[in-house]
Amino acid sequence: MAQTTAPAELADTQLADPVQEASARTLMETLRCVVCQGQSIADSDATMAGDMRALVRGRIRAGETPAQVRDWLIARYGDYITYDPPLSAATWPLWLAPLALLAVGAWIARASFRRRS
Amino acid sequence: MDVKRPLVWLPLAGFLLVAIVVAVALYAPADRTVRSAMIGQPLPAFNLRPIVSTKPGVASDAMKGHGPRLLNIFASWCVPCIAEAPQLMRLRQAGVRIDAVAIRDTGPAVAGFLRRNGDPYAAIGDDPSSAVQLSLGSSGVPETFLIDGQGIVRRQWVGDIRADQVDEVLAAVRDVQ
Repeated sequence: MAQTTAPAELADTQLADPVQEASARTLMETLRCVVCQGQSIADSDATMAGDMRALVRGRIRAGETPAQVRDWLIARYGDYITYDPPLSAATWPLWLAPLALLAVGAWIARASFRRRS
Repeated sequence: MDVKRPLVWLPLAGFLLVAIVVAVALYAPADRTVRSAMIGQPLPAFNLRPIVSTKPGVASDAMKGHGPRLLNIFASWCVPCIAEAPQLMRLRQAGVRIDAVAIRDTGPAVAGFLRRNGDPYAAIGDDPSSAVQLSLGSSGVPETFLIDGQGIVRRQWVGDIRADQVDEVLAAVRDVQ
């Protein structure tokens, strides 16, 4: 009564095509392991992370682009699955806050330099 | 600098705003439940071979055009699945069809699990590398999906169905009938 822990084919085996392997690897580093939550599936030793790596490599080998694989996973787990969240109603402050803070900084700097001269 | 200028308070106000947001988020109980985004979507296509010789495997096509059913993601090595077994037996006795997907499991281990904990399943598919589990947006065992007669995923219960949830599950099954 134990979990079968043999890694899935492609969980820990690189793809034969180095270009495909590189794009799969880059994608895996941006995908959240759903059972470990703080790690990407590239970093995690969890069995499910291995199954997710196998899924990513299998789909890349079959000719899908990394964006297609990412969208497939987002359709199942939501934006939660990716560490590279798309711009949406919930995430726009993440993208706009740095720009807003830069603008505020520039405005403060301008005011300070003007006072000194 | 004139301290009466209201703008002087802006940085403090900004700091307080951030501090309040952080404090609320820190003290709110964290919900780590990973929910599937497949609710309302058609069941993804799959065809799993049987894991025990006494029952058929599970195919998504076979779920279309029949009544609603539960799809239980489980494993013989999963302790909460043992706790859930009596509730699934009650649902089975109430006439609910339950199909199952066994995650990373073996035939003898599943057969032993069913002998010890009861057997509520009409069919059990073998998912040796969690592929169907991932295609459903499921992140652990046990999880239970409600599939309606058109093959649409209607609900998900994450974790074991507890005794006080059986009525809720039954009502949800009747709702999609």
